[in-house]
Amino acid sequence: MTAKDLPALGIAELQSLLRQREVSPRELLEALRDRIEIVDREVGAYLSLDFEAADKEAEKANVDLPLGGVPIAIKDIISVAGQPCTCASKILRGYRAPYNATVIGKLRAAGAIPFGKTNLDEFAMGSSTENSGIKLTRNPWELSCVPGGSSGGSAAAVASDTAFGALGTDTGGSIRQPAALTGIVGLKPTYGRVSRFGLVAFASSLDQIGPLTKTVRDAALIMNAIAGHDPQDSTSLDEPVPDYAVALDHDLRGVKLGLPKEYMVEGIDPQVKTAIDAAVKHLNSLGAEIVDVSLPHTEYATAVYYILATAEASANLARFDGVRYGYRTENPKDLLDHYGRTREEGFGPEVKRRIILGTYVLSSGYYDAYYLRAQKVRELIRQDFSKVFEKADALISPTSPVPAFKFGERTADPLQMYLTDIFTCSANLAGICGISVQCGFAEIDEKRLPIGLQLLGKPLDEARILQIAHAFEQSTEWHKACAPIAATLRNA
Amino acid sequence: MARDSDLDVAYVARLARLNLTKAETELFQKQLGDVLKYVEKLRELNVSGVEAAAHGVPIFNVFREDAPRDWFTAEEALSNAPRQTDGLFIVPKVVE
Repeated sequence: MTAKDLPALGIAELQSLLRQREVSPRELLEALRDRIEIVDREVGAYLSLDFEAADKEAEKANVDLPLGGVPIAIKDIISVAGQPCTCASKILRGYRAPYNATVIGKLRAAGAIPFGKTNLDEFAMGSSTENSGIKLTRNPWELSCVPGGSSGGSAAAVASDTAFGALGTDTGGSIRQPAALTGIVGLKPTYGRVSRFGLVAFASSLDQIGPLTKTVRDAALIMNAIAGHDPQDSTSLDEPVPDYAVALDHDLRGVKLGLPKEYMVEGIDPQVKTAIDAAVKHLNSLGAEIVDVSLPHTEYATAVYYILATAEASANLARFDGVRYGYRTENPKDLLDHYGRTREEGFGPEVKRRIILGTYVLSSGYYDAYYLRAQKVRELIRQDFSKVFEKADALISPTSPVPAFKFGERTADPLQMYLTDIFTCSANLAGICGISVQCGFAEIDEKRLPIGLQLLGKPLDEARILQIAHAFEQSTEWHKACAPIAATLRNA
Repeated sequence: MARDSDLDVAYVARLARLNLTKAETELFQKQLGDVLKYVEKLRELNVSGVEAAAHGVPIFNVFREDAPRDWFTAEEALSNAPRQTDGLFIVPKVVE
């Protein structure tokens, strides 16, 4: 094993090398830094790197801890004390987080080393990372395509071998969809499973932090470190955390998988549909029983999501006022002018659009018609899942109706972009967990683009969907394929 | 539910303390009009008797000990302020 081979490894493989003292945490960081220098010029996954601080942590890293000495990339909306936390927005230019998010403390307690912050759609609002106010991130499989979003930087880093694993956030699919579009694993935990303390809030009733990794086992290892109750987040659940890695190695005999008929409808790319059909057959051949189920309110999920998410965002983003932190306009004529211009100059177009929509649906005279009605339909969607989970242990669907698309292809029409969340946002509305794992390729213009299989699980049943995803992954070859930009260096 | 024509982007922008250019106002008027037309579909459903879900996992009344603990110093709290003096945030004059 030479230094140039290290970036291709997953977390589980690194652990054994580190523990056998075949490689030191500092050598690992060095190999990663070299790889980032070569690859990230083209991919653009990172917004900031702090190898100086990471080196110090690596020096005293205890490799016998669960994630001892493993560098982890962090979506730049999660606070790491002393580091920038831009949320990919001009309004947070120059800001440095004064404290650590709970997940950062937990990662460090498990021995992991946060070393860099990854790009995202501004304030996590988007499905392609094109809404970043700072830079473009490219899909490592095809540089003219988006990496998905909003955790596009985290996904692109893992898929291009410039991160061994990363944290992202998922409000309507922002971990699972970029994982699908870049051919990696992404897990959105149950609402309340992972503390959001120190996460810059977008939509507080939907946001969750979760892992993006090369393998399902790696996702389980990160979950072991970050899951659990936090008194500093009143929405975090005080429930025991199982060992997710130990739970992986069960076979699928007796497992019931629901196939929601509403999820295999029009608008799905035919190559995605073919891959999902094949995945369902494969899971069946592994011993899982496939049952047809119905989630009758599925077609309303995107509408509910965009009312509730924008309403919550408009309230959460009121804090960006140019007084306590972040960007501030020059020479305002009074306080209202100060607020209006600070926010005009600091926020990008998608954030502005959502603030307007969210403010409108909460405004006097429209609250009942939009916001309250959406909350009621949300309850119907939640009940759909409760009923279906009486018959099935987990549900199967595509993660995204389409593979990675070209830059600019969907930006002109926000509604078309919003509809890419169609299979993912219901899970956030219902508070359940979901995972995306690669299940094939689409061939477009002679390029291969990954396709993701989504598994949705009952609340707090992450162990089950990890187990199913692991069984699928280990009995297929998809996870062994790697993006061309990483492959050339793996074989160099 | 209201029709999309009820949305007055310029008015809502004032409520949101967010200045918009004329071009942005017109663009958002059109784009958000389309989004509001799309969400009209929620009117098809009968939601009478359905309780509103504030979030997916029902948890209520979360309390913790009201105990003092170490947190930011004034200096740390001001460390990101664009303008500050004497331990205070500076804002434009609000009273004459």
